[in-house]
Amino acid sequence: MINWQAFRLTIELAVVVSAILLMIGLPLAYWVAFSRWRWKFLVEAVVALPIVLPPTVLGFYLLVVLGSRSPLGRWWLSLTGHTLAFTFAGLVIGSILYSLPFAVQPFTASFSSVDRRLIVASATLGASPLRTFFRVVVPLSMPGMITGIALAFAHTMGEFGVVLMIGGNIPGVTRTVSIDIYDQVQASNYGAANATALLLLVFCFAVLTVVYGLNRGTSKHKLWPLGPVR
Amino acid sequence: MPTPIPEQKTATSTLNARISKRFPSAEHDFSLDVEFSVAPGFTILFGPSGSGKTTILDCIAGLATPDAGKITVGERVLFEASTSSNVPVVERGVGYVLQDLALFPHLTVEQNVEYGLAHLPRSTRKQRAAAMQQEFHVENLRQQRPGEISGGERQRVALARALVTDPCVLLLDEPLAALDAANKSKILDDLRRWNQAHRIPILYVTHSREEVLALGERVLVLEQGRIIAQGTPHEVLSAPLQETVAQLAGFENIFDATVWLVHEDRGTMTCRLPGNQPGTYVLLETPLIRAETGSRLRVGIRAGDILLATGKPQGLSARNVIAGRLVSLERRDMIVAARVDCGVEMVVYLTLAARDDLKLIEGLEVWLVIKTYSCHLMQK
Repeated sequence: MINWQAFRLTIELAVVVSAILLMIGLPLAYWVAFSRWRWKFLVEAVVALPIVLPPTVLGFYLLVVLGSRSPLGRWWLSLTGHTLAFTFAGLVIGSILYSLPFAVQPFTASFSSVDRRLIVASATLGASPLRTFFRVVVPLSMPGMITGIALAFAHTMGEFGVVLMIGGNIPGVTRTVSIDIYDQVQASNYGAANATALLLLVFCFAVLTVVYGLNRGTSKHKLWPLGPVR
Repeated sequence: MPTPIPEQKTATSTLNARISKRFPSAEHDFSLDVEFSVAPGFTILFGPSGSGKTTILDCIAGLATPDAGKITVGERVLFEASTSSNVPVVERGVGYVLQDLALFPHLTVEQNVEYGLAHLPRSTRKQRAAAMQQEFHVENLRQQRPGEISGGERQRVALARALVTDPCVLLLDEPLAALDAANKSKILDDLRRWNQAHRIPILYVTHSREEVLALGERVLVLEQGRIIAQGTPHEVLSAPLQETVAQLAGFENIFDATVWLVHEDRGTMTCRLPGNQPGTYVLLETPLIRAETGSRLRVGIRAGDILLATGKPQGLSARNVIAGRLVSLERRDMIVAARVDCGVEMVVYLTLAARDDLKLIEGLEVWLVIKTYSCHLMQK
């Protein structure tokens, strides 16, 4: 009943997207948290756009950009022989943009809450910004980073509109769980729809439970066995 | 990334700083304009909050950039506006202990101390950190985190962390402000001992007069971005305090006085307080201030700072032992206010137990004991 192929594909997508978001989200969040550039707010607004935009809008423009008529699409076409639209790679790109704020915002919030004086102290002790980032900022931001990754993961698991727009519905390539559920409902297979929907529900609930459980309490240092922090 | 710690540190590398920096603001512009040098050893930078102390430290550490000036340690130029040289913070090798210490809360004491030694091989790093932890008596806290140790211990860790990197200068931004006197002096002793071997300039920032007097080292007095005086604490802090309502508030005993004798060599002077009866007076030994014999001022003494004895005390370090008679005893909640006529009338605070043990009654002959530094001088 359950479409395991769609489920596996969805998890694969969520893992890849979360991993890439970790890699591009960290420097982006670091920049947003610490930059003093006067137009920074514009970047922040762009990053936050997917929260308010209908997925169809994002999906539509992605389709345009990734399609064979745009320079990017043509370049990809000449490189690989096919367009990015309606491929797994295209789906990854769309999902990264769509889930970007869910990773970057918690990262930024936790980076900003790291005491600046610790960063100053690190610099006076001769540590480069990169070392300061990995030895001081990241360890003290662990809960926010875990929250960001978990939200991005869960958000990607459940996305529908963007996938439909740029991925279409190709079994094993772009048919994710949410699309599959939609299909089942369209075909009046309520039993199958229910089984898959329930599985997704339980899975997402489990992920979020683990995250919030780890971050239990209000102490931002909870994940770090710190003892009382003054 | 590993960091170059300056190696060419000579035995006597004096810090020379000339710093100008403007902070334009709509309310009122603030400008910092100072020139000073700090020889190896302690120098105190004293000034009220907002006088620019922290900005000076930030400029030396490389956290702030002066508009003009030059900062050198020995031969090494850290900053020079005219040649646009500005050594970045991470390469300056300036030890900076911030006011709230900024220990890394997620690292153990040992990891905190080792933090600045990342460029060294592990064994050297461990060795140097261990030696430094021993020197500052925190070796038994190695595995604790900053949140688990006391304020004094955190202070020691912060010093060890800064000094283990062999800085060319040490900057201390009111680091001991929150500590009790005993803890403070022990830590300072350790710091002095360390510096006997290393001989680096240490710039110690404070806004507390008491701390300046207690440290007894060369002091630079900063006011509104200018250095207005420098010298020994007694030379520069000797101008009498301004008499303000706030300053008068803490003193139960306030007397008009005249400077009678000045003992430059002892760092004290004798003030004469006119007595109750015409033609009588009381002499009081007070701290030395820059004042002419015969000049008029005011002396404030807190009622809680005066000791009362029923027999004439002997062998005391306190310089003022004055005979008098108990005029009245008045209970105020849990303390007793005793009025004593000793030529002038003084109020002394006692505990109930002291009153009962000494069997104090009105009319009893008593002696008052007042330390020199319990006499606070104010401008009249």
